[in-house]
Parts: sequence; C-alpha cells; structure tokens
Amino acid sequence: MSSNQLSRTSVSIALTGSGGAGVMTAGGLLLEAAGKSQCYGLQTRSVGPQIRGGESAALLRLADFPVENHSDAFDILLALDWNNFSRFSGEIPLHDDAVVITDPAGGAVPDDIAETARNIIEVPVKQIADEVPGGRVNMVALGLLAGAAGLPQAHLADLIADKLGAKGAQAVEAGTACVQVGYDHSAILEGAFRLSPQVLDDSRQRWLLTGNEAAGLGAIRAGVRFAAAYPITPATEILEWLAPALAKSGGTLVQAEDELASINMIIGASYGGVPALTATSGPGLALMTESIGLATAAEVPIVVIDVMRGGPSTGMPTKSEQSDLNIAVYGLHGDAPHLVAAPISLTDCLFTTQWAVHLAEAMQAPAIVLSDQFLGQARMIVDRPADVAFMANRSRAEPRQTDFARYALTADGVSPMSVPGMTGGQYTADGLEHAITGTPSSRAQDHVAQLNKRQSKIEEFDYGNHWAEIDGEGDFVILTWGSTAAPVREAASRARAQGIHVKTIAVRLLAPLKIEALLRELDGARRVLVIEQNDTGQFYRYLRSQCDLPSDTRAIHHPGPLPVRPGEIHGEIMKEHRL
Amino acid sequence: MNIAPSVPPKASDFRSQLKPVWCPGCGDYHVLLSVTKALAELGVEPENVAMISGIGCSSRIPAYLNTYGFHGVHGRALPLGTGLKVARPELTVLVAGGDGDGFSIGGNHFLHACRRNIDITYIVMDNQVYGMTKGQPSPTTAPDWDSALSPGGTGVRPFHPLVIALASGANFVARAFSGDIKGTTETLVEAVRHPGFSFVEVLSPCVTFRPEQREWKSAVHAAPVDPTTDPARAARRIMTDDGFNIGVLYRGTRDAYSLSRSESGDGVAQFEEAFAI
Repeated sequence: MSSNQLSRTSVSIALTGSGGAGVMTAGGLLLEAAGKSQCYGLQTRSVGPQIRGGESAALLRLADFPVENHSDAFDILLALDWNNFSRFSGEIPLHDDAVVITDPAGGAVPDDIAETARNIIEVPVKQIADEVPGGRVNMVALGLLAGAAGLPQAHLADLIADKLGAKGAQAVEAGTACVQVGYDHSAILEGAFRLSPQVLDDSRQRWLLTGNEAAGLGAIRAGVRFAAAYPITPATEILEWLAPALAKSGGTLVQAEDELASINMIIGASYGGVPALTATSGPGLALMTESIGLATAAEVPIVVIDVMRGGPSTGMPTKSEQSDLNIAVYGLHGDAPHLVAAPISLTDCLFTTQWAVHLAEAMQAPAIVLSDQFLGQARMIVDRPADVAFMANRSRAEPRQTDFARYALTADGVSPMSVPGMTGGQYTADGLEHAITGTPSSRAQDHVAQLNKRQSKIEEFDYGNHWAEIDGEGDFVILTWGSTAAPVREAASRARAQGIHVKTIAVRLLAPLKIEALLRELDGARRVLVIEQNDTGQFYRYLRSQCDLPSDTRAIHHPGPLPVRPGEIHGEIMKEHRL
Repeated sequence: MNIAPSVPPKASDFRSQLKPVWCPGCGDYHVLLSVTKALAELGVEPENVAMISGIGCSSRIPAYLNTYGFHGVHGRALPLGTGLKVARPELTVLVAGGDGDGFSIGGNHFLHACRRNIDITYIVMDNQVYGMTKGQPSPTTAPDWDSALSPGGTGVRPFHPLVIALASGANFVARAFSGDIKGTTETLVEAVRHPGFSFVEVLSPCVTFRPEQREWKSAVHAAPVDPTTDPARAARRIMTDDGFNIGVLYRGTRDAYSLSRSESGDGVAQFEEAFAI
C-alpha cells in the first residue's frame, strides 16, 4: 500500500510500453492532471538506448503533499505490453501489495513478476481502445491511472481538450472517450490508492517544471545574457530553454562546434562584460577543464552547469549518477581555485544556478554547478520557489588614462575589472602567469602573489548560510549532497516520526568547502552517515581529505542508475539507531 | 568620465611598451607594425579594439598592442573572439595566431568560424613551423622537412588554409607577406572593413627554425588578377598558384552572422508564468 507516514499519501505508478504506445505522453498528462487537482508529484522516464520511440517507462509519484523524489517502490505497474520490460525492471521495484495491471494482448507477465506480485489484474486496454473510433491505449491508461489516484475527471477533460485540440475535434472526442472508459475501469482498484489533496489557498502558487528549466530560469534571473551550447544528454534542455529565453531578454545563444568552443565562447563574452554560461555533462566537462583553468588564471567569471550522468566515458547518458564530484573539484591543472556548487533539490537548481552566477561574477572566477540527470530531467509539481536577489554584480574599474593594473592586489583579492570599450582600461587577459598589470611573468613573487590572490578571494568570501541546508537536531547526522538530499530528507522525516532525532546536512557549496562551519555543525555528533550516488564515495573521500570527521562515520553509496531510495536510507538510520 | 583624444590615434598609439619575445628578424615584428598601421588607418580607438589569440610565438601579439587583448589557451582563439564579438558587436575584434594554433589544435574552430561568418578578422602568421617549442612540423610544413620529432619529414601533405577557408565559407580571403608592410596594412584594413569572417594568411618567416624562409621576400609577388566574388574561380586560382601570390583573393557577398538582438520587456515574469499551474 502507499506510504502513509504523517497521514500523508503518495502513490507510485509505473506505466510501461513499447514505442508508439505513448506512455510518456500519458504520464505527462497524468502529472498535469495531478497538478490541476491540488496534488504534488513528479515524473521521470526510463528508456532504452534508442534515439526515439522504443520501449519506455513513465515513472510517477503523485502525492497530496510535496514530494521531491521517488519512493521506495511502486504501488501500481501498468504494462501496456511486456516487450523488453527487463531493460528497466530493476528501476521498478514493486511493493509487496502492489497491483500489476496487464493487458492480455501485451504478452505474458514475466516470470519474476508473476511469481512475486500478489495482485495481478488483467485489463484489456488495447481492446478497450480499439472499441473507440480513433482510440489510443495510452489515453485508456491515463484514465485508469487518474481514476486510481482519485483525480477529478473534469481536469482530465480540460487537459485532453487542451493537448489534443490541435489534432482536431475527432482526436479530442476519441481521447475523452478513452479516458472515460479507462477511468471507469479504475473501480477495480477499489479506491486503494486515492489521494486526499488539501484545498490549497490561492496564494500558494505552484509550478510544474524540470530542474533543467529551473536552472535556465536561475541563469536568466541572475543576469546571464550569453550562452554557448553544444548538445549533450541530459543537459541539452537547459540550452534549449535558454535559446528563446535569452533572445527575449536581449541576450544571445550561439551553438558551438564542440565543448572546447562553447567554454571559450563564454569566456570571450564574459571578458566583454556580459555574464555567460554553458551547460554540459561529464564528457563535455572533461573537454572544458583546460579552459576553466584559463578562466581561473585570467579571472573571468563563467558558470558551467554539469548535468551529471553515469560515467566514465560515454557511460549511461540517460541515467543519473553523482560521479563527477572529483573532476569538478580536482579536474583543473595547476593550483586553480574555483567554485563548485550542487543543487539539493529540483527547485534548488534555480537557486543554486542563480547563486553560482552571483558568486562567479562577485569573485571573477569560474563556477561549476553539479546538477544531475534526475534533477535535470524530472518533471515536478512544486511550490513556487521564493524569489532571491542574487545578481551578477561585477566589480568594474573606473575609466582612467594610465597605469591600469587589472590584477591589482586588493584586500579581498578581487580586482576591479575593465571591459573593452572602457577608456584607459586596456589590458591583456592572460592564461600565462602575470604581474598585476597582466604582463606575462614567470617571477616567483608574481606567481605567489597571484596564486594567493586567486585563492584568498574564494576562501574569504562571505557565503552566508547558503553553503548547506540543515534540518533537525541531534547527535546522529546524515551528510549528503545533490539529488540524494531529497530521499535523505524523506528518510529523516520518517525516522523523526518514530521519535528518532536525525540531523541532515545537505552541502550545497562543495568548493571551497566551508570546513569550519561544517565542523561546527558536526560538533557533538556521535554517528555520521555520508550518503551519495556513486561507486567510490567521492564526497566521503573528499570530506575526509579536508577535515577530520567523527570516528563513527560510515560511507553509504552505490552507483546509478538505481536511485538512492528513502527506505534504504531509513533502513541505515534504523541500523545505526539500534547500535 | 569620457576621455576623448583630440587627435585620431597614430599607429604608434596602438603599440604597448612591452618588448616582444620574438627572435631578431622574426616576421611577426612586421605583422605587429602592419596591425598598428591598419588600426590607425581604420580610425578606431584603442579601447574599442580587442586582439584575441591562442598560444605560440605569434599569439603573443595582444600584449604588444595598446588595445584590449586576450591571450588564451592553445587553439581556442577563434571561439574566444566569437564569444566576445557576439556579446559586444560594436567592438572591432581581431583574432591572431600561428599555423599550429589555428590549423592543427584549433582546426575545427577554423572551419566553423569560416562557416559561421561572424564579423571578425582572423590573421594567421604562417611560418610552417612550431617555433615556441623549437622547431616541429606544423600542418602547413612540407612533407620532407626534417626535424627531431619527424626525422626525414612527416610524409604528410600540407594543409591549404586559403582553400579550406574558402570552402568553409569565409567571406574574405587574402594572403600577405610580413615584409610587405604597406601591402599587409592595406589588406588588413580591407579585411576589417569587409563584413563577415575575413581570413588573412600572412607569410611570416621564422628565421630561427626555417632560415630558408628569408628567401620568401624574393618569392612573393602580387596576385596578377583582381579578387573575385566567385568562390569557384577563387578556389581554382588559389589551388593552382605557387603559394606566394599575395593580395586579396576573394571578396564574398554572404551576409554576416546576425548580431541583432531584442528585449521583449516582459522580463523574467514571462518565463515564470509559463511554469505556473
């Protein structure tokens, strides 16, 4: 049955089918219907290696309270057919009492499901659809699943009219009829998965968006007006969102020939005084690292969003993994201080990107934002994120006639920057080590002075309390980062409901690590779990390299594509609690 | 504060105080001089010009100018210049470097800068050798040129930058010789004025690692016929010349990459509205 802690209900639904069945469309409409029904929820997809079409699974969690991650297992699996189901069956664990809905026309239920699932119900989805002129199986599925979750039918009718309107009245009629029949069939579930949304007051505005879109919005809000783009899964949507958004904001996006070009284009634009950003994934970040070092040395602010996927190499482009922490933190040659920040929820992609632009501009340094495939591509219903005031605000030099020292040594390490067009501000930005004027220098004293300057501006900046999000109190602490923070928060709240005190620290600023602040938060901690989604415990090892963690610290991590689920973390909490 | 000079800048006003690292007799000194003369001729102010480069002997040129400059990483000067020009279309953006920087490590950017046709001028000081690393063959080196890295020669046919520029869509293609300061200056002036991507290959001898290039001064000769707007004719001429034909070889008529932009005025609200349920 659905998870029911704190009298809150969520239902996890997997809808699978072959190419052309339209499961992603149905899943998207189901999520929208939930949104219109005062519910919350999210949708991700699991697909095979095909470019377009092919088998796919729409994975949804709908809830009558805000949810930010998938739950432990699925309550309903609706398989329009079972072709190639094994490709993603590992990502669809089923609750013991889950309901498996199968269409006899879609082939036999696989043995492992048939042997373990207690409730297998046959619904002739294809036959039902065939009986409606122009009917489609995915619309029957939509009706069935919406009915299962108890979403009002009126919202579905509106959505169908809205989405299929362009295809003509017949398509709307057929869609509506299929949804209706599907909805009626949901009676077989006897209301077991119905949600009970509260009536939300009008001031509680909600958004439906992906993390990639949220990141794009954060960039625009902060003042980014130039982007260079090279397509790569799963980051492309940021760039595709930014292309028209920049055009409408007086900015520009250039499609580059490769990531070497895109990183240098944003450095060129930012050198010209225009806040600039690019988005990529691990392979692209690897190509960009030489030039990120240039941005460090020449002190040109830029932001690079890395939407992480399974690695190394081409790895698993459509699957999430938190395995680029090492390259983001350590990937630059030389002593190259820079910023690395990771959003700790889907909506935080907005905050963290906006913040990263602000930080990069304030410190004239490169910032890497570590998002991941889950955060980037999940679609989620969220409360409208609060407005934040972080803007690109660069220290600009004043026009002058002589003796401009671009890299002057200042108290905070940040030197006022001229931009082309400014009289008397001419200098040559350089990746060569330089004297304060920018003149190339290999003198020891210049190297040390500039190294110290670049280090100190980043070390001594006041990051406020944004370096982490901290919940709860207690001597039992969970440290985490990135997309794993959401299931950690859910696990902690389950534990708290059982009277167990758990403190969670989701670190947003990975570099520079705010060691003193972190140690203050860990003061008195007796047991610490460090949780992340990669094979080698990159965050754990990074923390250990920077500071002494309490002796009873345990690293818990596994690679993608399987998400770190709240139940798994809750299990670890209970294990520790019993010790 | 707006400091407007009372007289237009002279060539010497475009030169910084920094002494070049180049060897005595290097052709790049003359290219530097021609660039300053061309900028004076163009009547631009030093603060409205940016010289962008990569890595190599000739890529040191930005610091020797009193304009804005960027000495980036090896091979990436064109994307740096592209980003700057797109972000700041009102600037005069020049990109410069050598044959290794532009045609080997930066080869892909060369192709795409030509086809993108942004209004910038790309000056390649071609000396058919990697000088800064002390004498290795570059993409424009003859196949039998002997060196420590490729004893007996690479055996690999040289790259033909002008034909490749033309085939890739460069809107202005010219060859110059560093020793011909007057001609190089005129070519650069025309290159900057011509809309779109202008490519100027300057034969610039490396007297240290290619002393035989001292003879280039007697080998070069003015292109015998007027530049054409027909890329097929230009290609045929460039493919069949002796490599020492100097002057403007092609003046294209393609529209430059559009740098216009607009602001709808609705601000971020328009994007937020689209997310609202």
